[in-house]
Amino acid sequence: MLNDIFIQPFADMFGAPDFLLQVLWEGLVSGILYALIALGFVLIFRSSRIFNFAQGIMVVFAALTLVGLHAMGIPAWISVALTLAVMFVLAVSIERVVLRPLVGQPDIILFMATIGITLFLIGFGEIIFGGENKVMITEELGIPTDSVVLEPWGGLLILEQKDITAVVVAGLLVVALLLFLGKTRMGRAIRALGDDHQAALSVGISLQTIWVLVWFIAGIIALVTGIAWGARAGVSFALEVIAYKALPVLMLGGLESITGAIIGGLMIGMLEKLFEIYWGQPLMGGNTETWFAFVLALIVLLFRPQGLFGERIIERV
Amino acid sequence: MLDGVRSDLTSARDGAARETLLEVNNIEVIYNHVILVLKGVSLSVPQGGITALLGGNGAGKTTTLKAISNLLQSERGEVTKGTISYRGERVQDLDPAALVKRGVIQVMEGRHCFEHLTVEENLMTGAFTRRDGKAAVLRDLEMVYEYFPRLKERRKSQAGYTSGGEQQMCAIGRALMSRPEMVLLDEPSMGLAPQLVEQIFEIVKAVNEGEGVSFLLAEQNTNVALRYAHYGYILENGRVVMDGPAQALRENPDVKEFYLGMSDEGRKSFRDVRSYRRRKRWLA
Repeated sequence: MLNDIFIQPFADMFGAPDFLLQVLWEGLVSGILYALIALGFVLIFRSSRIFNFAQGIMVVFAALTLVGLHAMGIPAWISVALTLAVMFVLAVSIERVVLRPLVGQPDIILFMATIGITLFLIGFGEIIFGGENKVMITEELGIPTDSVVLEPWGGLLILEQKDITAVVVAGLLVVALLLFLGKTRMGRAIRALGDDHQAALSVGISLQTIWVLVWFIAGIIALVTGIAWGARAGVSFALEVIAYKALPVLMLGGLESITGAIIGGLMIGMLEKLFEIYWGQPLMGGNTETWFAFVLALIVLLFRPQGLFGERIIERV
Repeated sequence: MLDGVRSDLTSARDGAARETLLEVNNIEVIYNHVILVLKGVSLSVPQGGITALLGGNGAGKTTTLKAISNLLQSERGEVTKGTISYRGERVQDLDPAALVKRGVIQVMEGRHCFEHLTVEENLMTGAFTRRDGKAAVLRDLEMVYEYFPRLKERRKSQAGYTSGGEQQMCAIGRALMSRPEMVLLDEPSMGLAPQLVEQIFEIVKAVNEGEGVSFLLAEQNTNVALRYAHYGYILENGRVVMDGPAQALRENPDVKEFYLGMSDEGRKSFRDVRSYRRRKRWLA
């Protein structure tokens, strides 16, 4: 028994390093998508203290809109641009209709409001695009679908090109976002708003503008995640489930930390794959991926309630 | 007796020809629809002056400033009566950002720096509403560093880790970055050592003289405020109970006794001053 838990898995890992790499790669791909969704959460939470439950459904909604527009005969790239426009309109309407009237209400009320947004988007999406599964327009977008076969140590490592594309695009998006937050006037304003609402108001930062902006950024992130995940698993409302994986990522990384969201996402993605392959399947009959992340998050919460990378609360003594 | 103070009002507004920037006319402020905080406050702030708003805790100083800068809205406060005009334009329905664009900015009580941003980033957020180009903003950044050399040394530190005095400087500097005509400065002395308070007020005076920025400052530290201000208003219980040139207020026996802790019989313990006596004297 002890042998099965502590020795055998590691012997397997080193016995077949190419397979280990394959597992890690799969983990990395899903991890980076978890990280992206978590980033959307973090941005909105930092700038408005709203825990945006609707982030997951925004992924589905963006993907559905893209596929739906294309099905109407609109060329793929124009559909992408139109989807972005739809996400912008969504951001503006959420700010107008939901957030603005609720300014100053307790956090829990705003949280409930985002659950309302979630339910609305599910219903609205089904009315317009129908509830059946769809296929992501991977090829039409020019995303390569071949695989790259590598042979490390004489073994076999298969990387699908669409996964590589997803990782690269997600990486670029993260870098762009960090630059935007760090170097630009609007980015500074978003961070300032996260620190101190009143002070941000007092220097003339307009809450409305910033909120539309962060919800729009969350929409862009949702679209990229939707395309990448849809290319792997098809487009359906079941996609929303992956958004819940972002919750343990947030607990692990801290609700306010951008680096935390990225590292947390990658960690959860890779650890859950490793656990599934080397411990879950041989010892527990598999399917551990559905709960592993949450257990891990619980354990982290026991020891570090602010998350591994939670922004340090600055307290002067 | 109050009339006596008012009569030499004109003489001390040195020159008397200064244009009035801000005019607050008999405003009433109610929080949460029920709590009446200001019961008819009127004041005017001339261009290029330092005007002090004095009074104890809960007198309504902060509320007055927030009513002017329109930060009240986010605290469920509301101006229900009276008017506030800036350069003759009614401003009480504008949002804070629109007011900052017109040149009125508030430095809030308790400093409120963005603690996870560096000092320099804090200053840069002050320029958020400006549209006059990066070069002009950077020039003003240098200007702020000249007034606050300490901030230049700390420019790369996170504001949350700087000292209270540095944070106060950072908050004032941030406001200056918006190129204001008028700064509403709320309780700059709060929680600072007397020496630092003096230093901050020196800088306020220097900015006032060097850049022509007008100040309306709320202060509990009557002594310091009256030494630097040109004109003062004393608030009590949501009303202006007295106003006059700073010089005249300093010499007024009531102000001396109740706010400066001195009386004709010399310094006196606050224990000996009975509150009913205070009320009687004010109303007389």
